[in-house]
Amino acid sequence: MAVEVRIPTILRTYTGGAKAVKAEGSTLDELIADLEARHPGIKERLVEEGSLRRFVNVYLNDEDVRFLGGLETPVSDGDTVTVLPAVAGGAR
Amino acid sequence: MLTISRDLVDKIIEHARKDHPDEACGVIAGRDGVPERFIPMENAERSPTFYRFDSMEQFRVWREMDDRDEEPVVIYHSHTATEAYPSRTDVSYASEPNAHYVLVSTRDENDVEFRSYRIVDGVVTEEEVRIV
Repeated sequence: MAVEVRIPTILRTYTGGAKAVKAEGSTLDELIADLEARHPGIKERLVEEGSLRRFVNVYLNDEDVRFLGGLETPVSDGDTVTVLPAVAGGAR
Repeated sequence: MLTISRDLVDKIIEHARKDHPDEACGVIAGRDGVPERFIPMENAERSPTFYRFDSMEQFRVWREMDDRDEEPVVIYHSHTATEAYPSRTDVSYASEPNAHYVLVSTRDENDVEFRSYRIVDGVVTEEEVRIV
């Protein structure tokens, strides 16, 4: 078993078009490192200077990881991690 | 080109007017590029110059679209004091390469501007809007 990671359209260039991929790790940080090993380049789109990028939302099952523990959030086999780019903008 | 019903255009404009002077935002879900289901979203920033979908609301709406085999055909937001053209901020955060980015401007209360764009890899292309 592993963790299922759901990939948004804009990042599927890194996963050969796959909507969901598997990765392993005991924290989100480790999971992203494993994801990077399998799909080089993807980490930079998620993490910046040691924390999650501000305009990328990452969810563990049904929770935004910002309200859990960010990159330190523990993950277990069978969990689902969903990545969604924030929808944002504005006149400023 | 964006082909969209008059009813959906009216709903977007009504939402933009209601939230003025704050920016309004939302999605129209659909299949095969046809916008069908109007989903007004909370602007978590409640700001006249910035918008951001609430992350939990976005999660629920995106999952619902996934379950229904829909996609975000239109992502709309309003500018309330400037023209309906994507700002640098809009371009840098645009993250749905398949979506039509609709902008409305409510700066003139009698004449709402309604325009549509593709934003891919930082490049903005305005497109024709056909209202049916």
